[in-house]
Amino acid sequence: MNIVVCVKETPDTTAEKKFTADLRLDRSAVAGVINPYDEYSVEEALQQKEKLGGEVTVLTMGPSRAEESIRKALAVGADRAVLVSDPALADSDLVATARVIAAALKKMSFELVIFGQTSTDSSGGMLAAAVAELLGLPALTVANKLEVEAGKARIQRSTDHGYDVVEAPLPCVVSVVSGINLPRYPALKGIMQAKKKELLSYSLADLGIDPASVGSSSKGTKVNTASRVSLSRTPEIFKDAERAAVYIADYLERKKLI
Amino acid sequence: MASNNEILVVAELTQEYQPKKVTFELLSEAKRLAGGGTVGILVLAPDPTSMAAKLAEYGATKLYAAAGNDWAKEVAGSATDAVEAAIKAANPKLVLMASGVNGRDVAGRLAARLGLGVLWDATATAEGESSNGITFNVPIWGGTYTVNSGFTRDEAVLALCKPGSFDLARSEGAAPAEVVNLNVERKTPSALIVQSVQEEGVGVSLEEASTVVSGGRGLGKPENFALVEDLAKVLGAAVGTTRAVVDEGWRPYNQQIGQTGKTIKPKLYLAVGISGAIQHKVGMQTSETIVAINKDADAPIFEFADLGVVGDLFKILPALTEELKRRKGIAG
Ligand SMILES: Cc1cc2nc3c(=O)[nH]c(=O)nc-3n(C[C@H](O)[C@H](O)[C@H](O)COP(=O)(O)OP(=O)(O)OC[C@H]3O[C@@H](n4cnc5c(N)ncnc54)[C@H](O)[C@@H]3O)c2cc1C
Ligand SMILES: Nc1ncnc2c1ncn2[C@@H]1O[C@H](COP(=O)(O)O)[C@@H](O)[C@H]1O
Repeated sequence: MNIVVCVKETPDTTAEKKFTADLRLDRSAVAGVINPYDEYSVEEALQQKEKLGGEVTVLTMGPSRAEESIRKALAVGADRAVLVSDPALADSDLVATARVIAAALKKMSFELVIFGQTSTDSSGGMLAAAVAELLGLPALTVANKLEVEAGKARIQRSTDHGYDVVEAPLPCVVSVVSGINLPRYPALKGIMQAKKKELLSYSLADLGIDPASVGSSSKGTKVNTASRVSLSRTPEIFKDAERAAVYIADYLERKKLI
Repeated sequence: MASNNEILVVAELTQEYQPKKVTFELLSEAKRLAGGGTVGILVLAPDPTSMAAKLAEYGATKLYAAAGNDWAKEVAGSATDAVEAAIKAANPKLVLMASGVNGRDVAGRLAARLGLGVLWDATATAEGESSNGITFNVPIWGGTYTVNSGFTRDEAVLALCKPGSFDLARSEGAAPAEVVNLNVERKTPSALIVQSVQEEGVGVSLEEASTVVSGGRGLGKPENFALVEDLAKVLGAAVGTTRAVVDEGWRPYNQQIGQTGKTIKPKLYLAVGISGAIQHKVGMQTSETIVAINKDADAPIFEFADLGVVGDLFKILPALTEELKRRKGIAG
């Protein structure tokens, strides 16, 4: 079974982020990493491949420097990677990104496309559904368990009161949550092998996409202002463990929290 | 096509087809924004009109009825077709939905299908530069920044708002909503819920809880989470946890707070045996009040707690639960 995993390069979450003058995330100012949620989708793809055979291809839309992040996915075991990169793509929104990812997928052969639940920089979590729509495929989103058998994918997803089991025929699109597995770490051998694996690059022209339909000018939304939220607290530290229970209860009562 | 002035709300229902609180919140806000104009509500249920009176009390003047017995069995896909039909019928300037899993599944498909602008995780509306005159405030990057965003195109646009963002405004005896029956053309390849499992002990939902008690690896083993649950019970709180604990398999993933889990903003966050790693912090740092109990005086959590208590949780937790029970007059 051939699987495509969609992976995004995101700015290191723990780094201090900044805006550019036109209120975009200043990506040049922070190191890029594989979107932490996508480590789980890559792992899930590898585990499915181990069970069912086939190949795992990593698909990324991003700047050319995203190649570094992609190599990490290759180092843990993905077979090849496709990078869609074009200057016109900068600042693309959900719809534009979906168009590009869907167009790239149409050039590939797969039974399953796996997404992460969300990305740490945009927190959209809608791309899987959007791409499924453009491909005319069912989407099984926010899976915390995935089973593929007899031409069907079956997932579990949490609900307010437990979980649902949801099913769709292959080919289909799945997004997985970070609780679904434990991502493996790359071994030295994997890192060496990754250097030799195939990395295909597509431009917009290769995908037959009009540059005016993506990027900044195509955006359906616009950021007017951005302001830093002040989160500074002046911590009060209490060290008398014997009296702690009463002290906390008093504190909560004073703040009207109980 | 220029849109008219209507605001359309997509009702968020339980599996038993009852409106969730967020549905009334969205309606209340839509009514305020519409300033006397039409507020539509789309209801996907076996008998949508049965809710008409209640929805009208919160501001709905038009009810788009998508009658069907299986909506709750189908995942997002098919709901997209109903929302599309409602948009065609209403030609609204704004569609409001709840920012959750269902809303995201529908909005993702719909945005791609119709090429719509979409905003998500909004917590407030504002006036400002936007094609429909309405902008939204959205906390981003774990709540460290707030951006105000508007729309660029004159067409129906989607805004997904977080539950708990808007005040309820109810007026009794409101005129009943005008019913518009929708004929929904099914286009979406659907995914079906084949089984719905109820689990024990899933109490207050984390995102909606005003108090959250979270236990970390400091609890030592899964059985010890009884201490956290006891305290949560007295406080009427939801239980949260860290990834370290989830990775150990002690607690389910849907209780994980942080970068790869949930982002929450309760009134009170009580962190017990949690070190306060940055990846945990980004999921809870915007809580109104943070109280932390940790035996290590140098734990990072003490840098961003309002009250930090240094001590052994195995002593403090049971004593605190007893103390709170006593004050609340609950017999122990
Ligand atoms: C990509 C990535 C994503 C991540 N995402 C998340 C996420 O979403 N959420 C998350 O939480 N973490 C996340 N993490 C993990 C995070 O870095 C920390 O490892 C984790 O939060 C630590 O959990 P903890 O505080 O329970 O455990 P620990 O760091 O082990 O802390 C346990 C604490 O308990 C205290 N303690 C022990 N015994 C007692 C006692 N008897 N009384 C009082 N205190 C006691 C100790 O002093 C210690 O401070 C992520 C990490 C990575 C790399
Ligand atoms: N530029 C991109 N290239 C490839 N995959 C992406 C890209 N952006 C988002 N994704 C995928 O979509 C998921 C959700 O991302 P988002 O919609 O940004 O929250 C991620 O976990 C990835 O799997």
